[in-house]
Amino acid sequence: MSFLDVKDLKIHFPTDDGLVKSVDGLSFGVERGKTLGIVGESGSGKSVTSLGVLGLHKGGRAKLSGEIWLDGEELISASAEHVRGLRGKKMAMIFQDPLSSMHPFYTVGHQIIEAYRIHHKVTKQVARKHAIDMLGRVGIPEPARRVDSYPHEFSGGMRQRAMIAMALSCDPELLIADEPTTALDVTVQAQILDLMVDLQREFNSALIIITHDLGVVAQVSDDILVMYGGKCVEYGSADDIFYRPEHPYTWGLLGSMPRLDREPTERLLPIKGSPPSLINVPPGCAFHPRCPYAERTDGKADTEVPDLAETEGGHLVRCHMSRTERRTLWETEIKPVLETQ
Amino acid sequence: MLTYIIRRLIGAFAMLIVISMVTFGIFFVVPQWAGATPEAMASRYVGRAATPETVALIAERLGFNDPVAVQYGRFMKGVFAGAEYDYGAGVEQCPAPCFGYSFISGQPVWPELVNRMPVTFSLAIGAAVIWVLAGVSVGVLSALRRGSFFDRLSMGTALAGVSLPIFFTGMISLVVFSYGLGWTAPGGAYVPFTQNPALWAYDLLLPWITLAFLFAAGYARLTRAGMLETMGEDYIRTARAKGLREREVVVKHGLRAALTPILTLFGIDFGLLIGGAVLTETTYTLPGLGQYAILAIRNQDLPPVMGFVLVAATFVVIASLIVDMLYAVVDPRVRLS
Repeated sequence: MSFLDVKDLKIHFPTDDGLVKSVDGLSFGVERGKTLGIVGESGSGKSVTSLGVLGLHKGGRAKLSGEIWLDGEELISASAEHVRGLRGKKMAMIFQDPLSSMHPFYTVGHQIIEAYRIHHKVTKQVARKHAIDMLGRVGIPEPARRVDSYPHEFSGGMRQRAMIAMALSCDPELLIADEPTTALDVTVQAQILDLMVDLQREFNSALIIITHDLGVVAQVSDDILVMYGGKCVEYGSADDIFYRPEHPYTWGLLGSMPRLDREPTERLLPIKGSPPSLINVPPGCAFHPRCPYAERTDGKADTEVPDLAETEGGHLVRCHMSRTERRTLWETEIKPVLETQ
Repeated sequence: MLTYIIRRLIGAFAMLIVISMVTFGIFFVVPQWAGATPEAMASRYVGRAATPETVALIAERLGFNDPVAVQYGRFMKGVFAGAEYDYGAGVEQCPAPCFGYSFISGQPVWPELVNRMPVTFSLAIGAAVIWVLAGVSVGVLSALRRGSFFDRLSMGTALAGVSLPIFFTGMISLVVFSYGLGWTAPGGAYVPFTQNPALWAYDLLLPWITLAFLFAAGYARLTRAGMLETMGEDYIRTARAKGLREREVVVKHGLRAALTPILTLFGIDFGLLIGGAVLTETTYTLPGLGQYAILAIRNQDLPPVMGFVLVAATFVVIASLIVDMLYAVVDPRVRLS
């Protein structure tokens, strides 16, 4: 069993309009020192998954089922108070927008000190030293002075560094970063990613990066999970996903990715249509209304939900097409087009 | 921060000057515009049997023939430095701050105002403690249990509290709790805190609760709305993700952010109230500033009314000044601008 092992996780929200199946039978695992990238469009259930792992749906309206094993301990059946004690200490999270994710009325230092003192019985002075130390480690200049600054006095990149310092203040063994670079300037994005990878190595923690941007996970992930409509559609090593992708949705994501290292000879290949409503998920394969190959499935596309099946060496794909058909399509139609982009 | 404070102080002082001008204008200039002669102005200061000569003399002595600016200057000099009134038979000293003498009692206004301040302060402070504690906690609980029975009950009660006038709730509670059940004092009595704190609280309990009910209702609604908004903020999720206990998430992160508009409202409400809780003091016949003002207005007793208006306005200005300063403490982002 992996350090974090999620099995058949379902997170459903009952609403007046019907049951929203934000996450519907998701399984994945991450080891210490490894990085998992979870990729998908807005509304595919990425963030809901991460909040579920942290136990932040407890006490809310969400209905959870399945299993979440963290270091040999099951979290869904654990008490809310027990999971609260793990949160911040054993598992921590970095959020998308560091400005709105930090309290505007408290100094950055205060917020890091608070995070540290929840889980460590130390004096404020000790915690403050630790906070200054953490700010220094994430690359904030003059940490002893900046510790008393308010979030609005920081730049976007600095705020995200402070956010990382806060998340790492208790040496968490699992770190979940939800779109950690989306709100940042492009020039700062790479710095933040490098910082996270360096710190992950230093702390030997398991890292989950959630993003809609394949470019982000390409640099840092060991494994990649592609989500669509609350389900996993493709799951494999980073090499599997980038060099041997087999799901049409993954092809679409790759086609939508601007490449700077190639000549911009042609337009991007965006995925047509928009993500499915999670209340009325299309019948059969959730992706079939947008899939260019839906007619190749002998009419199963809109009647049967395809299984998530192993194609080779732990590489999982949820598609009605046969393995050979997918491989042929990739080699003959998709890959050549992507390479000319 | 220091420049912020200085700027606010200057602003507050300017505001008070403007208020004094407007007040002076209403009581001394507008009647003259409306056609009142200096003699007609002076006739209010003398007895009914005064001869026209006496009235003319008094008008001259009180300076109603002087230009308006001179009259205003004399009035403000009285407030800041004291005044002397020459009655012919002798000179009457009126020490600063001098707001003149009551037409009815012949007593100077300022000592009377000072005597009545403890009553109004006691009423306002006690009620404020109750309404802030009750209003904010009910608002927080309602927001956390939105849609529950408690939420609907408390918001229904709050609606009643906002819409029922104080003389109504005051009368009803007097009838029920004082005359009916005999739990509380029947009103009209006031014992200074320094003499007997227990009796002081006993006499004021019903006025406190009546007044607090009216205000608590508004604060509960405001707190509920603020909490519903802040509890959905990203930083609340961050606080939870840190492993903070829910109680601390609510109080330290949620309520802290929702408190800013409540503080603003409180400054204005409290300032208005210490300037005289007119309706409550009248309903419970408490000898406070508000009651003094009502009596003076009924008797067309000009100097006490003016003194009351200026003192009450000063309280409001000071209260909002304090709130402005606290604002900078509560919300660090204010200090930048």
